[in-house]
Amino acid sequence: MDIELARAWVRAVAVAVEKNREHLSDLDAAIGDGDHGANLNRGFAAAAEAVEALQPETVGAVLVKAGTTLVSKVGGASGPLYGSALRAAGKRLTGASADPAEVAAALAAGLEEVRRLGGAQPGDKTMVDAYTPAVEAFTAAAERGAALAEAAQAAATAAEDGARATEPLQARKGRASYLGERSKGHEDPGAASTALVFRALADTAAAAG
Amino acid sequence: MKKFLNSADTYLTDALAGFAAAHPDLAVDLENRVVTRARGAVPGKVGLVSGGGSGHEPLHTGFVGEGMLDAACPGEVFTSPVPDQVVAAVRAADSGAGVVLVVKNYTGDVMNFDLAAELAGDEGVRVETVLVDDDVAVQDSTFTAGRRGTGATLLVEKIAGAAAVRGDSLEAVAEVGRRVNAASRSFAVALTAGTTPASGRPGFDLPADEIEVGVGIHGEPGRRRERLRPAREIVADMVEAILQDRAPAAGEEVIALVNGLGGTPLSELYLVYGEVARLLGERGVRISRSLVGDYVTSLDMAGCSITLCGADPEMLALWDAPVSTPGLRWGM
Repeated sequence: MDIELARAWVRAVAVAVEKNREHLSDLDAAIGDGDHGANLNRGFAAAAEAVEALQPETVGAVLVKAGTTLVSKVGGASGPLYGSALRAAGKRLTGASADPAEVAAALAAGLEEVRRLGGAQPGDKTMVDAYTPAVEAFTAAAERGAALAEAAQAAATAAEDGARATEPLQARKGRASYLGERSKGHEDPGAASTALVFRALADTAAAAG
Repeated sequence: MKKFLNSADTYLTDALAGFAAAHPDLAVDLENRVVTRARGAVPGKVGLVSGGGSGHEPLHTGFVGEGMLDAACPGEVFTSPVPDQVVAAVRAADSGAGVVLVVKNYTGDVMNFDLAAELAGDEGVRVETVLVDDDVAVQDSTFTAGRRGTGATLLVEKIAGAAAVRGDSLEAVAEVGRRVNAASRSFAVALTAGTTPASGRPGFDLPADEIEVGVGIHGEPGRRRERLRPAREIVADMVEAILQDRAPAAGEEVIALVNGLGGTPLSELYLVYGEVARLLGERGVRISRSLVGDYVTSLDMAGCSITLCGADPEMLALWDAPVSTPGLRWGM
């Protein structure tokens, strides 16, 4: 991953979130207050704009800038969670480019930060349920010696499977946890948006191919 | 949906601009979205800051003023403010004596206020946080994020605000705020869903003849749905849920708040209050102070919440202290 690819990734997430804005808000309406799409759209649009204007020297600087922008634009729980994940990941990428193993370690650092902030475990019906398998798949592929595009593709598929698998779960963290039993039967909006982020990475890496 | 809107995107800034025009004794920073007192921080006094999603008006902007908050930071509708906003409010409220943050227990609010408290601490401001978690509708357990913070927020802000005016230290103001929260319990029922300007449709589907028992202030469902019944029966269940969780001690006096959620006429709220007063009277619980009206709302949701706070003489005296804000005013 180089600086241009990191920038393209943030841009691709912004496009994907805008396209899925209604869908994310509908998922959120079932178990929350229905603004996940609108909030993320506001945040990633600003993040894409912020990294466009940036002249970074490292891959990480792009992600840190995107993360900082999310924290200061989104609010709610998704602002600190997504923002801190990107910041933690970015801090690990101190070169002008990063190989798949370095990207895997950075993604894992982001996941660690999300779990620390939100206190969520896999199975709690949160973004962690998509993020965790994505990191595992990416890391496994990188260890096999896969290229970035292949590792990102594996991560995207794992994130999408993970997001779908949240549907029958009962929420135990966040606002949806107040629903208890009634949170079952709906895909978690945070897991769904996390899947979009990894799909955007896969598409961006494939295009750079 | 019919709402007074120019556009959903400008809803918040348009509302804040109007708020600023209506209250010249307050200063409204539209860019940073912070509401403060026009005369600035009071020298030597502990500052009191609160904030949270918009859509709960008059909470929190309407409680800035003499005897209550020094600054409020309203987030997007039903979304907590961002850390920068909270830090701006803390800076405005600090006169050197430190700042108490009043935070409702919602995941997003807690994270953003925690980040802000760290940032403000880095700038050398002493910060204490009072977490409000009074709603008994969803039980605390190792598997949930804990109780929601709702109606007791007003009581914490009023009583801690008066303690700050009295000249209490940072720690003492925070302590009385925590004591009020610990003594408060709330329970809400929704008759209809509220409609956010951004989505333009009701936050949840509720059949015309059903009510949501134990609803949260963003429309998060509560314990169950049931058929609409006479108010006497609904209120009895609400009071029962509160007293089961925390019954007032013998001789303890109670502050009772019957709060509208935005879409219920005052006459209905008084009707509910009448039932609360009767039920508590039957149990020998004495209501020493009462408040009825729209204070912690959920946009245009019809319904109400009941908050009971077991109050000691000091808390009652602080409750009675003068207050002058857009949303709460007495004794001045």
